[in-house]
Amino acid sequence: MIEIADVHKSFGHLEVLKGVSMTVERGEVVSVIGGSGSGKSTLLMCINGLEPIDAGRILVDGVDVHASGTNLNHLRRKIGIVFQQWNAFPHLTVLENVMLAPRKVLGRSRAEAEAIATDRLDHVGLKDKLSVYPSRLSGGQQQRMAIARALAMSPDYMLFDEVTSALDPQLVGEVLDTLRMLSSEGMTMVVVTHEIHFARDVSDRVAFFHQGRIHEIGPPDQVIGNPGRPETIQFLKSVR
Amino acid sequence: MFDATVSLQDVLFMLHGAGITLLLTFWAVLGGTVLGLGFGLLRATAPGWPSLALGAVLDVFRSVPLLIQIILVNAFAPILGLDLSAFTIGCIVLATYGAAYCTEIVRASVLAVPLPTRRAARSLGMTWWDDLTAIVLPMALRVGLPGWIGLALGLMKDSALVLWIGIIELLRSSQIVITRTQQPLLVLGIAGAIYFVISFPIARAGAWFERRWHDQ
Amino acid sequence: MHYNFHWRPVLQALPQMLAGCVVTVEIAALATAIGIAAGVALALGRTSANRTAAGLALAWIEFGRNTPGLFQIYLAYFGLGSFGLHLSSFAALTAGIAFNNASYLAETFRGGLRAIPATQARAARSLGMSGPQAFRLIVLPQLFRIVYYPITNQMTLSVLMTALGLTVGLDTDLAGVTQQLNVLTYRTFEYFSVAALLYYLIAKAMMLVSRLLARRLFRY
Ligand SMILES: Nc1ncnc2c1ncn2[C@@H]1O[C@H](COP(=O)(O)OP(=O)(O)OP(=O)(O)O)[C@@H](O)[C@H]1O
Ligand SMILES: [Mg+2]
Repeated sequence: MIEIADVHKSFGHLEVLKGVSMTVERGEVVSVIGGSGSGKSTLLMCINGLEPIDAGRILVDGVDVHASGTNLNHLRRKIGIVFQQWNAFPHLTVLENVMLAPRKVLGRSRAEAEAIATDRLDHVGLKDKLSVYPSRLSGGQQQRMAIARALAMSPDYMLFDEVTSALDPQLVGEVLDTLRMLSSEGMTMVVVTHEIHFARDVSDRVAFFHQGRIHEIGPPDQVIGNPGRPETIQFLKSVR
Repeated sequence: MFDATVSLQDVLFMLHGAGITLLLTFWAVLGGTVLGLGFGLLRATAPGWPSLALGAVLDVFRSVPLLIQIILVNAFAPILGLDLSAFTIGCIVLATYGAAYCTEIVRASVLAVPLPTRRAARSLGMTWWDDLTAIVLPMALRVGLPGWIGLALGLMKDSALVLWIGIIELLRSSQIVITRTQQPLLVLGIAGAIYFVISFPIARAGAWFERRWHDQ
Repeated sequence: MHYNFHWRPVLQALPQMLAGCVVTVEIAALATAIGIAAGVALALGRTSANRTAAGLALAWIEFGRNTPGLFQIYLAYFGLGSFGLHLSSFAALTAGIAFNNASYLAETFRGGLRAIPATQARAARSLGMSGPQAFRLIVLPQLFRIVYYPITNQMTLSVLMTALGLTVGLDTDLAGVTQQLNVLTYRTFEYFSVAALLYYLIAKAMMLVSRLLARRLFRY
């Protein structure tokens, strides 16, 4: 379970998160929607400790992410994250990209890591691209590889940060299908997205972010289908 | 008489050496640039084997130590029956060496001017010469100037090598003062400061041009 | 032209000159290796938050780039004597070239580090890698590719710089051996043209090897 309690975070004088609270239960899919610059990416980075927070608390399975004694490298093994920009490691093949962390972080043998990596790549439909370098992949393929790379750590949670917004329109579908598949398998997911239809289809709950605060959170039929706050109505109008 | 301190006279002597360094640099840069412009334009605009052959010949000057080139020309001039002063030989070798680098700078800069730009100019009815002087060279100048400034400074620093054939430029004059005063660190400190004062501002200006033109 | 060229003695001296080539390449390799290590330290120092470290690194880099390499060799050979440190001509030449290499390579490394997006290290950290692991496994291999050609280029320049050993009396490298032969016979032109040819061949061979190596190293 991820518990976020009254988190504040500033970059210099700019307060990006102004007291954010929410929880994500095991097996739940929570979508986060909201305008550009409202702090969605920042929140994801705070969840796995890539960014420090100024006040509040984030617990993952009861462990305080930002406590001084927490081993972040250890914690991050169970939280996978996929970013908006495709962060393929260009000097490694697709297979090596996915094998690297299981070998170096989890200490798996080469054979074990290769088996895991092949399995995950097969899962996202890249089985025929194992020995190719990322520069030869399309954006959608690179993004699916990034998902396989995170899955190879067998995480309990997956965080997705607008994974389709840098893609050409015709490539969006294949990546969203991969996300759908993961949710149907019971993966716990936090999905920052601009794809409102997708959020409505897949999510158990939707959170609407506005200027560093969660203005509305609840089932998709409520937040997207029948929003109660003027900011939410305004935002949904703008993206439709 | 043995005087172990560095006197004003010594410093003036070194400054005179610095003057020789600058004079060598001037001729080397002038000769190298004129030759380099010609060769570079040839290499950029007339492709085929003559350009490749010229490139290969000039590459030799960049692949043999400059000091060896100085020694060779110094030994070869009398064989040809030429009675050249060491200073002239120094200028000739440095200028040829500079030309070898300048050619590549000019060539790369001209080739950096996009072909569509040139086609557009020609399609406006400009002649080959107009196109060259009004479009290509001004654009190439921006690309090539930082490299050319670097080359000029490189020649200034490399001019120290002519001390081997007896020219008393800055470094050789420092060596003479060291022999007399036995104060190597102080004397070399002064020489280094003089080199630095000549080179640093120009290098900074070059970097400034590069940044400014890069951002546009 | 009344000069008679004598090539036979030069050919007889070829084995000695080839032995000199080995020393030349050794000095260049040593000076490049030291230059890389010092260059990395300078690049890190230059970007460090420690004011003193950053200032010292900047001073070294600017001094190294704005004074002649020969001057730096003189400084090592004549200047360090003031501190009671008397270097052999071999050591002074190597130190001078290494000092010069470091100043130029430092800027290469700094530029290379800036060319690798911060998102690469972040992606590595998000997979649970430690900071040093992310640097070693993700940043360093990409940096190596960026700086590979500048390094091989600097090494070739180092080979050419070794000829400056003449001015501090080195007599074991190619230029030094050639000069030893020259003072015995005064066949300056003949000896030094063969030396020039050998330098040329060394430079070209190095370029060829580095190209072939690059093809094996960088598949992506
Ligand atoms: N490292 C940083 N340093 C300074 N400011 C930052 C940094 N990262 C983000 N910001 C600022 O914080 C604010 C929130 O950024 P964030 O990326 O979290 O927004 P977002 O909701 O993900 O927006 P988008 O939909 O555009 O991705 C923005 O104004 C951004 O400019
Ligand atoms: Mg974002």
